[in-house]
Amino acid sequence: MDNFEPKIVAFCCNWCSYAGADLAGTSRMQYSPNIRIIRVMCSGRVNPLFVLKALSIGADGVLVLGCHPGDCHYIEGNYKTLRRIPLLKKMLKQLGVEEERVRLEWISASEGAKFAEVTNSFTQDIKNLGPSSSGHLKQSSKEVKHG
Amino acid sequence: MAKLKIALYWAASCGGCEIATLAIHEKILKLAEVADIVFWPVGMDFKYADVEKMADKSVDVCLFNGAIRNEENEHMAHLLRAKSKIMIAYGSCAYEGCIPGLSNFYDRQLTFDRVYIETPSTENPKKIFPQTKVKVPEGELEIPEFYDTVKTLAQTVDVDYFVPGCPPEEKTTWLALEALIEGKLPPKGTVISHSVKALCEECPRTREEKKIKKFYRPYEIIPDPEKCLLEQGLLCYGVATRGGCDALCPQANMPCTGCYGPVEGVVDQGAHFLSALSSIIDSNDPEEIQRIIDDIPDPAGTFYRYSLPDSLLRRARIK
Ligand code: SF4
Ligand code: SF4
Ligand code: SF4
Ligand code: FES
Repeated sequence: MDNFEPKIVAFCCNWCSYAGADLAGTSRMQYSPNIRIIRVMCSGRVNPLFVLKALSIGADGVLVLGCHPGDCHYIEGNYKTLRRIPLLKKMLKQLGVEEERVRLEWISASEGAKFAEVTNSFTQDIKNLGPSSSGHLKQSSKEVKHG
Repeated sequence: MAKLKIALYWAASCGGCEIATLAIHEKILKLAEVADIVFWPVGMDFKYADVEKMADKSVDVCLFNGAIRNEENEHMAHLLRAKSKIMIAYGSCAYEGCIPGLSNFYDRQLTFDRVYIETPSTENPKKIFPQTKVKVPEGELEIPEFYDTVKTLAQTVDVDYFVPGCPPEEKTTWLALEALIEGKLPPKGTVISHSVKALCEECPRTREEKKIKKFYRPYEIIPDPEKCLLEQGLLCYGVATRGGCDALCPQANMPCTGCYGPVEGVVDQGAHFLSALSSIIDSNDPEEIQRIIDDIPDPAGTFYRYSLPDSLLRRARIK
């Protein structure tokens, strides 16, 4: 497991978190290369479907990053996210996907350091958890024989 | 015109869809005028060998109900696909996996442990489980292999049309049969129903864009008969379900559980419902949100009641 380099998808909202990521970059802060950023207009745009899709095609962890409560460019978008993610995590747990694989954080445009810290600590958490198996793929019909 | 040759088959199913095909009442006489049944294990004495002898594509239509959960289901799906010009996944089991698909929360061994060991009425001290092959004095017996994962028909063979419902309503079944009889077939891949929109569109209840602070289970409240059930805190699935049943369940004061599958164009019915549900929670406070969510005891089983095998994750991950 020592060599395990997780694949992590980070959905960043355009107005705060993506700008925060940008600041981390222009300030030359070190952050984990495991992160693949996908820019969305608002964290409220992150349909639970996106998270499921990422997990189903091999992501080991998914970050959803938005503006702090009260700061969303679209006023209510991040509150929607605030309600969705806990329900999504509860559901994922029942499907055998550890809750820790999905994390919601608020990162403002000025918080480049927080972006670096969140991505690094999340990457470390996922490294500790190990790879997320693509459950259904290894379970295809013929592979497992009667014991 | 030559009569249509129809085959009917049930794979991992409860038998409800077999009854639903007969529930077209007197229209069955019209069907009998134009069609001959060439294979139907539930109702007529044909053997699998009879199907094997048929020429490829000699059957006009196969109405296939039931999910694919074992080797026999899979074998018959391939055989009937080869023999039939049109393959129809009839009912939620064939279309999305449905109730048999809920066993994708487990795998074969967990299912066997439950069925052959843990159930209170079972006594099995030697822990005997089904084997695919077993030797008896008369020779070797073989039964089909039981799979870890339930699949939909379309995950197994090429499917031409889907008829939604657990089971499909009479008018939905007839819509499909009429299209076949009249030769007016929709484009391949069509989910045949009277609606492509959400069930809410045909539900007579009034909606007020109300948000809620608490979810209830159906036995906990007597809902107002005029108002939207979701806005009264019941997990009514109408927003994320294809219409076509005339909102049968809400009309009987029960929430829709989603049996007509996703709305046209939606890939994952559970994610769609989860999203809709989170939007009506009336709170911006993380702790209160958590309390409201705690009212939903089994989100995965509720959101994917009919569609776990057809969902993006398809099954639970088992360690
Ligand atoms: S779709 Fe429903 S009625 Fe039809 S076989 Fe499956 S469980 Fe039974
Ligand atoms: S949520 Fe249910 S009760 Fe409300 S309008 Fe839709 S189908 Fe009707
Ligand atoms: S109301 Fe919902 S659960 Fe009831 S028959 Fe219609 S689609 Fe199925
Ligand atoms: S724009 Fe940043 S969360 Fe809505």
